[in-house]
Amino acid sequence: MLDILKANLLSPIPLAFALGIFARLVKSEFSLPKDIYSALSIYLLFALGLKGGVELSHATFDEIIAPAGVTLLLGCITPISTFAAMRYLGRFSASDAAGMAAHYGSVSAVTFIAAQQFTLRVGAPAEGFMPTLLTLLESPGIHIALFIGAMQRNRQLIAAGGSAGEHGKITAVLHEVLTGRTMILLVGGLVVGYLMGENGWKSVSPFFDSGFKGALTLFLLEMGVVAGGRLGDLKKVGPFLLAFGVVMPLVHGALGVALGSWAGLSAGGATVLGTMAASASYIAAPPAVRLTLPEANPTYSLTAALAITFPFNILAGIPIYYHLAQRFAA
Amino acid sequence: MLTYPFKLVTIIAEPVLEPRITQELRKLGASGFTVVEGRGEGSRALHAAEIPGINVRIETIVPLEVAERIVQHVAKSYFNDYEVIVYLSDVQVVRGEKYSPAPKSGGL
Repeated sequence: MLDILKANLLSPIPLAFALGIFARLVKSEFSLPKDIYSALSIYLLFALGLKGGVELSHATFDEIIAPAGVTLLLGCITPISTFAAMRYLGRFSASDAAGMAAHYGSVSAVTFIAAQQFTLRVGAPAEGFMPTLLTLLESPGIHIALFIGAMQRNRQLIAAGGSAGEHGKITAVLHEVLTGRTMILLVGGLVVGYLMGENGWKSVSPFFDSGFKGALTLFLLEMGVVAGGRLGDLKKVGPFLLAFGVVMPLVHGALGVALGSWAGLSAGGATVLGTMAASASYIAAPPAVRLTLPEANPTYSLTAALAITFPFNILAGIPIYYHLAQRFAA
Repeated sequence: MLTYPFKLVTIIAEPVLEPRITQELRKLGASGFTVVEGRGEGSRALHAAEIPGINVRIETIVPLEVAERIVQHVAKSYFNDYEVIVYLSDVQVVRGEKYSPAPKSGGL
């Protein structure tokens, strides 16, 4: 276990991430230009989608159906468990709890990629269709969480003598989440990859495959800067959220690994599924929550997702989920 | 050259609000608008984005009564929950008819 943790810490992704945090802590002026950050994320998501689509064209329906089922199940459980933990253990307001649930019910694509790379490195590569599962887990959690939040708020508004449904119509949120860059690039990439197949992949792989790990490392460097910039907020959020940001991913991760193994995924695949369940969205969820539950304080959810859970998963979580997955496989 | 007095309405807001506000400006009677992105920090720092500190400045030149409608609307819809400021300044424009469209029925 300690060996895996150490090996993980000394691989490019965590090291670059740590360098980014360090740069921020010493108040370096370094950060990637915003447009390059966007371009890198587009490249990574589209490459992930393309490769996943090509792999999907080799997979059979029988292989995928059980993992896809447990993925959707995870997408329904994680927002509810997050909401319950925030509301009833942490005593947060319904809006803050629902906002957090949207973040933890959804998934961080970068954490997913880091887990995928980890399984490659330890010689237990995850199934090729995992990116397809990623797209399944992206949006249900956000919708369930926002639905809970909207119901709770409407009840309060009506109790206070007001009318329901002042903010954010559900169709607008649906549109926002389903047409966000992650969904377009990932789902679109999967379709393009599926249609073009192995031959098409050969023609674009010099660009999308060879540069992938380098681009990922550079992206993680910037993520370190972004997460490092949020560390100051840790003081504002209090001890409950600090613990929540570590315990919640462990619980969801263990659940994801267990369900993944049960559905027949390899140890690598279960590790990646566990990581997906453990990760918290910080790209798709924040604007959707901001527009639908404006009274939820984004400092709570973004600090937990970006400054606690993301670093935890990258530095320690992924090896832990792998360790669990090996136990389940044995 | 002959110029006409109008109001410049400036709204500084979280980027997440840009699509909503610009759409509403049209409905409230603005004939156009300009959006500029920049950096800054307000009193609340509530930004919901992975990169903090990005703001948008939305500007529109409108007749006084439209300006008042916009200010009222922004205050009512956004001041409570979002990081938003709005202010008016006097401007002199050429081609006055460009900025006073026929008011659309209904509004907001």
